[in-house]
Amino acid sequence: MTHTPSKYQLERVAYRRSRAIRSAFVAALSTLVLGTLLVVAITGAPGWQRVKETFFSAAAARSSLPSILDGLLLNLRLLVFCAAGALVLGLLIALLKTLRGALFFPVRMLANAYTYGFRGVPLIILLYVLCFGVPGLRLSGTPSVLVLGGAAIVLTYGAFLAEVFRAGIESVHPSQRAAARSLGLTYWQAMRHVVLPQAVRRVAPPLLNDMVSMQKDVGLVSIGGVIDAVRAAQIEVAQTYNYTPYIVAGVLFVLLAVPVIAITDWVTLRAARRQSAGSTT
Amino acid sequence: MSVVLSCRELRKTFGPNLVLDDLSLDVAEHEVVTLIGASGSGKSTLLRCVNLLEDIDDGSVWLDGEHITGPRVNPDLVRQRIGIVFQSFNLFPHMTVLDNITLAPVRVHRTPAKEAAARALELLARVGLEAKAREYPDRLSGGQQQRVAIVRALVNQPRLLLLDEVTSALDPELVGEVLTMIRDLKGEGMTMVIATHEMGFARQVSDRVCFLHAGRVLESGPPSQVLGEPAEPRTRQFLQRIIEAGRL
Repeated sequence: MTHTPSKYQLERVAYRRSRAIRSAFVAALSTLVLGTLLVVAITGAPGWQRVKETFFSAAAARSSLPSILDGLLLNLRLLVFCAAGALVLGLLIALLKTLRGALFFPVRMLANAYTYGFRGVPLIILLYVLCFGVPGLRLSGTPSVLVLGGAAIVLTYGAFLAEVFRAGIESVHPSQRAAARSLGLTYWQAMRHVVLPQAVRRVAPPLLNDMVSMQKDVGLVSIGGVIDAVRAAQIEVAQTYNYTPYIVAGVLFVLLAVPVIAITDWVTLRAARRQSAGSTT
Repeated sequence: MSVVLSCRELRKTFGPNLVLDDLSLDVAEHEVVTLIGASGSGKSTLLRCVNLLEDIDDGSVWLDGEHITGPRVNPDLVRQRIGIVFQSFNLFPHMTVLDNITLAPVRVHRTPAKEAAARALELLARVGLEAKAREYPDRLSGGQQQRVAIVRALVNQPRLLLLDEVTSALDPELVGEVLTMIRDLKGEGMTMVIATHEMGFARQVSDRVCFLHAGRVLESGPPSQVLGEPAEPRTRQFLQRIIEAGRL
């Protein structure tokens, strides 16, 4: 059966279409104007030629790229291990903090002391302590500076992630836990199958935020002497007095963050859609 | 007939409020007992205490002659034998209908997943919801969600089913489908304790109606007696208000 729209509907449709075209036109125009203004302001600046040579030199970019990419590979490897370590540690601490009962008092106290302490300590200071202090003890079997630096990052980020996880766990309504327990599930089964899946889904965006932030902070292990992308760029800069390698490294970091953000957005969106709007069949 | 549930002199306080005041209640096998009474009279609290979701302040609860409020009782094992359905359904939103139902059989009773799914589908089919097995709860109407919640409680094959105002959150036209399901359960001999505001339903389905007031069973007896010729003035008052609200 076909429906013939009334003249009122046709009028509305025509009006909406004209508004849409107008909006698109205005958006394009205002973007163009702003872009032009920016380009004119920057390229018209008295020092632009100098800045262009020292920050945007194609030759310097090409020559520095291989060593920066080498450094970036280290960032990536470190990121994978640190992210996994911090997520596990954060989740563990969050779970310990939700434990009730006298038996767990010391555990709760330690977990609280940890999240209070390590959220407060500046990462750089922790890096100095672990990368220089621990090897200074001259114990046999001291891990490499890379591992120690990674540990500093895991410890710092674990404290933040623990609070994110805890907020998620507490945001799940108590009736969900009651329903799970009423079915005979134990505390841990209710946590594992009912509370945590909902909690993690809710805090996925802030968790991702911390991951992107960590992606930039893993480079700080270069304090201990290892060469990450930023340190590689710095070395290039020191040799040529051209700042382009920094820009190259910066662009690479942004490119690295884009897929991470996109994937997590997609995962969150898909979970939300499955639950509320769509069916899986 | 054996006694399935026995509550002896239950006492429960929330801060300064005495919610259950030496309340005693016995429920025999295959018996359907309905709890009526104003909001705050202790109906929901009684059910939650029986399922050990609340700690009692005095008294004892016995299930099949076994003391379940003793200090060394594992509440998880007790809850496996008692099903409860809540006013607000409390389905797990991140799981499909089927996963909601099979969670306890698979994780608690260690039933093989296939067997649990088959049994869940059979129960769903009986209430006409087998087509919804792969849906998420939020896609279902309130009446459908509540029927799934009842199936979820039933799949554990409980000795006793507690229903806590299971139709109070539903639109009027969805109440019927849930009540029909409970009526069928009575036909199958399920022992049930039902807290409800549906007086007409209480009259049809109950073997016994208990009127709760201020944490005590003030009056108890067959529905025709308690709802028809109540002996206590407070029961009469309560029923009068229900009639005035057009709910009888």
